[in-house]
Amino acid sequence: MSSAVTASKIGTTDRGQFTVVSARHPWRWVAGTAVAAVVILLLASAVSNPRFGWDKVALYFRDVAIVNGIGITLFLTVVCMAVGVGLGVVLAVMQLSANPVVKASASAYVTIFRGTPVLVQLLFWFNLSALYPEITFGIPGVSLDANQIITPLAAAILGLGLNEAAYMSEIVRAGIQSIDQGQGEAAGALGLSRIQTLTRVILPQAMRVIIPPTGNEFIGMLKMTSLVSVLAVPELLYSAQIIYSKNLQVVPLLLVASIWYIIVTTVFTVGQGYLERRFARGTSRSVPPTAAERVRKFFRVHSAQGSGKQGSGKQGLGKQALRKDAQS
Amino acid sequence: MTTETKESRNAPEALPLVRAEGVRKSFGDNEVLKGIDLHVQSGEVVCLIGASGSGKSTFLRCVNHLEKIDGGLLWVGDRAVGYRIKGDKLHEQSHNEICADRTDIGMVFQHFNLFPHMTVLENLMEAPLRVLKQRRPDVRRRALDLLEKVGLSEKADAYPRHLSGGQQQRVAIARALCMQPKLMLFDEPTSALDPELVGEVLRVMKDLARTGMTMIVVTHEMGFARDVADRVVFMHGGRIIEEGPAEEVIGNPQHERTRAFLSAVL
Repeated sequence: MSSAVTASKIGTTDRGQFTVVSARHPWRWVAGTAVAAVVILLLASAVSNPRFGWDKVALYFRDVAIVNGIGITLFLTVVCMAVGVGLGVVLAVMQLSANPVVKASASAYVTIFRGTPVLVQLLFWFNLSALYPEITFGIPGVSLDANQIITPLAAAILGLGLNEAAYMSEIVRAGIQSIDQGQGEAAGALGLSRIQTLTRVILPQAMRVIIPPTGNEFIGMLKMTSLVSVLAVPELLYSAQIIYSKNLQVVPLLLVASIWYIIVTTVFTVGQGYLERRFARGTSRSVPPTAAERVRKFFRVHSAQGSGKQGSGKQGLGKQALRKDAQS
Repeated sequence: MTTETKESRNAPEALPLVRAEGVRKSFGDNEVLKGIDLHVQSGEVVCLIGASGSGKSTFLRCVNHLEKIDGGLLWVGDRAVGYRIKGDKLHEQSHNEICADRTDIGMVFQHFNLFPHMTVLENLMEAPLRVLKQRRPDVRRRALDLLEKVGLSEKADAYPRHLSGGQQQRVAIARALCMQPKLMLFDEPTSALDPELVGEVLRVMKDLARTGMTMIVVTHEMGFARDVADRVVFMHGGRIIEEGPAEEVIGNPQHERTRAFLSAVL
């Protein structure tokens, strides 16, 4: 907003004679107050309602079964994502292949695995022995008992990993296609083979596009592992279920599981930020700050309030903060 | 065709480095090259000029098989581009053979196409290390040497993004030269540059021409064509309309299309 200007001042160019008045944002205060009120009401209800059973939450938060469950959840997440990413890259390259059979097979895979619910797939893998009691791989002399090989954990890895590969292949394909054609041409003109072009030139650049949605997939996978509780794999949710089936503290144990899921996804989100920075190298002038930098900046601004002596850029911030304080 | 016979009569004994014989290329129904005959001697600098859509860039891209030709034959040295000749059969080359043939041909693109995730030095060293499997210290020395020649020694560790367009294009030239090619192709190397940056790139190309490098340059820079090219080739509608020494084609064009084009750009 401009300050009041008297006629005599019009036409002069010296900014110093004016007092700058910062813009007022009354509706921000209204909205902030309303939302804060709702949040306080919710928190009050959560604290005052004894059925939340916060004492039970605290009791079971570090229960050995729960902690083991987190271990299995993390193991499943990492292994299934590894299967998904590895197979996903292969499927993406297959989808971009010039060979129509290869291309169609990859598309069919994606159609089938994206087109059926992952829960159904998990149950299919779990019941594989009904379909193939003996697994021979078509090789004479090889005969494996499906019931022994397809343990609940193996069914979980197959179900979640193969399903994930279908989604990852679409992400990788979009990443590869986002790279300018000139990159492939330049690599080809230098004599790089197709595989060298892909691994040295295209994929490293595509990573910048691939990483953010893969981070989301990773977090999605972490939560999707809770589905394998139906196969009686003792991951985080099933471990909680085992406990509450005995002591009937359903809500507190679901809270324990939920809090742990939030903690782990938060840790992953921070890691994702660092990974994105790593692959933004050379491609953008300003990379978003890391979590650590954001925390440091937060505290820097607050210390500026105290001392009031900072560099020119930060001084502005400090003064603004002071002025807001004075207003409120 | 008439200029072609004249050319071959006047040609020295040595086999031309590049020989195009009736090269045709279509994109769908659109025939972009309608029979190109062109010889380029070793050490010669040839500028291809003409309006956009005349097929000059397409022809250049055919020379290192970025585009596959549909008719005629195109030779670089003693090799037919894209084919292996066995008796009376033309076998299409495998991708590996195409890659091997391309190592002798450097190419510079309009939009530089540097690898943005690698430093300048890494851009130069990538192909000699991975394709020619040369020793790292040798490649590094040669790369630094080339960067000095294009005046960018201090940018060796910078990423392309932090360079100006002119600097990026000079890096791209150095990257192509780091493969020690016999032939350099330039596809409108200054068209994407701000006017004040064109000069530095043309200077590097002039220096390169002086070293005796064989160069085919698609360009709109008539001044460069006049000063540096041994021969200027004017293309229109997928055909070569006129070719000859730079002075003659640019200074005294015979064909009316050439005259119309030149009066529009000069």
